Amino acid sequence: MPRTRHVLPGFRLSLGYTITYLSIIVLAPFAALAWKSSKGGVEIFTSTLTDKRVLASLELSFTTSFYAALVCGFFGVLTAWALERYSFPGRRILDAMVDLPFALPTAVAGIALCTLYAPNGWLGKILSPGGLKNLYVSWVETPNQWLVNLLEPIGFKAAYSSTGITIALIFIGFPFVVRTVQPIIQGLSLEVEEAAACLGANRWQTFWRVIFPTILPGTLAGMTLAFGRAVGEYGSVVFISGNMPFKTEIAPLLIVSRLEQYNYNGAAALGFILLVISFLILLFSNLLQAWNNKRTAR
Amino acid sequence: MNKKFFLKSVLALTATGVLGSSLFAEGLLNVSYDPTRELYVEFNKAFAKHWKDTTGKDVTIDQSHGGSGKQARAVIDGLEADVVTLALANDVNAIADKAGLLPTDWQKRLPNNSAPYTSTIVFIVRAGNPKGIKDWDDLIKDGVSVITPNPKTSGGAQWNYLAAWEFAKRKFGSDDKAKEFVKKLYKNVPVLDSGARASTNTFVQRELGDVFISWENEAFLVQKEFGATKYQTIVPSLSILAEPSVAVVDKIVDKKGTRAVAEAYLKYLYSDEGQDIAGKNFYRPRSEKAAAKYGATFPKLNLFTIDEAFGGWVKAAKTHFADGGTFDEIYTPAK
Repeated sequence: MPRTRHVLPGFRLSLGYTITYLSIIVLAPFAALAWKSSKGGVEIFTSTLTDKRVLASLELSFTTSFYAALVCGFFGVLTAWALERYSFPGRRILDAMVDLPFALPTAVAGIALCTLYAPNGWLGKILSPGGLKNLYVSWVETPNQWLVNLLEPIGFKAAYSSTGITIALIFIGFPFVVRTVQPIIQGLSLEVEEAAACLGANRWQTFWRVIFPTILPGTLAGMTLAFGRAVGEYGSVVFISGNMPFKTEIAPLLIVSRLEQYNYNGAAALGFILLVISFLILLFSNLLQAWNNKRTAR
Repeated sequence: MNKKFFLKSVLALTATGVLGSSLFAEGLLNVSYDPTRELYVEFNKAFAKHWKDTTGKDVTIDQSHGGSGKQARAVIDGLEADVVTLALANDVNAIADKAGLLPTDWQKRLPNNSAPYTSTIVFIVRAGNPKGIKDWDDLIKDGVSVITPNPKTSGGAQWNYLAAWEFAKRKFGSDDKAKEFVKKLYKNVPVLDSGARASTNTFVQRELGDVFISWENEAFLVQKEFGATKYQTIVPSLSILAEPSVAVVDKIVDKKGTRAVAEAYLKYLYSDEGQDIAGKNFYRPRSEKAAAKYGATFPKLNLFTIDEAFGGWVKAAKTHFADGGTFDEIYTPAK
């Protein structure tokens, strides 16, 4: 029987390496997690899933991660577009800065964000209720009373609320979208846009009919990555979240607090549940993309 | 071919592992908790000198610091600690129970419940004490904001919680009343940080809260760092006697052959010099001599122990901090 020839040499070697590597690095920890949580029996899953506090934390983790992924999706595409299509001074530095959230230790990011958004921080001061008013009053010599009254109630609690959690998750998820969309925009040649224009498309139509469908899969992939990262994020969130049970307590914190009580099986069970839900969501998102690709391919 | 490569990399990994552990073989590893850093830097120097003088041998001591529970888990999971010096007896209990690295009656092996120095829980308030905080009952008043970490994730915060509980129990007479009191207190807590140092940060850097419930030695450190112009320490009428525990980890020292030096190390904490270093670093010394020397530093207050009030750590942890314990209950909304 003739052996199939592959263009690249060393197929068997690289396949063997890939499988070994994946087993050690990825599969083994997952298996350990499943094994550990199975030691607690079915009760540990039922008791975890009926615990109202656990449910509240799961809901919080998934909703904040979802909103963060949405925001990352929008601004990530915008950033990638600006970095690829325009040339301006400092573009390369800005481009390098996109990766900073990857490089920064998450605890450092968390403390930095908390410092900014806490009620006494630079941004937190302005964002908190009455903050805009105070800024206005301190800037103008004779404040307009009508404007003061208008600005007075504006503001919200940034740090120590679910908004704060979302802010932290946007921060860590942002590079995922930029870095997945950027090469697509790079590959999208200007001629395509010109052709669309020649064929009579206006700017909006060019974007909506030509550019958007091309970058959509990449954007969704980036958002999915950002979402996945956000669900499990711990370090950057615990400082800004305030950790109040039922209000700002994320699921990973509950895992840590179970570990802290040496409840290894309980922690593993919650970790496993988190993993399963994330997996289902990612699967759904992939199916949705596959369906979309089929539909648009025609 | 890939099999060979795999074998080689396994061999390489094992080799580095062996090398790594042999680096520690000639010294001691002291696994401790966060605020003891300065204490043990000074004590290790003193002990190394003492050991050289008495036996003529050199000893190097490595320190590891972190949240007390986290450190205990690291030892359970295989960190080769010759001695542990942790924040609460319960964390050493966990090492004995879960990993069996030392006998469960470890606490009886050294004097004073195996706690060579003690500390307690006090309040730190902003300069001038604008809210007029004097005792635990001021903490449940409307408009007072209290900073304390989450007792589920911070060992230090468990002392805070139990001290408040016992105060209310003595004042109002029952566990139910105490629970009500603690519930009111935690209503005044705007942020539950995961650890003691994070809470210090919230109180000092974020300027959140009117009162910070803190270790006494941390209160001294904050005073030393910022001076009395920004913060002052308030001593409540009743507080808990915190007994940070020390223990030799039997299985590890027998494996490494460091039992003699490890035992001497912990014994030296009880010596005149060890006690003096503890007092200098704001831990309450046990010996009368050192206690007399630092008597002016530490205010006298009514202290109770966890064994008297709660029947020991194992019981206290189970009733109050395990899942479904009183701490979870005070946060569960009424149905």
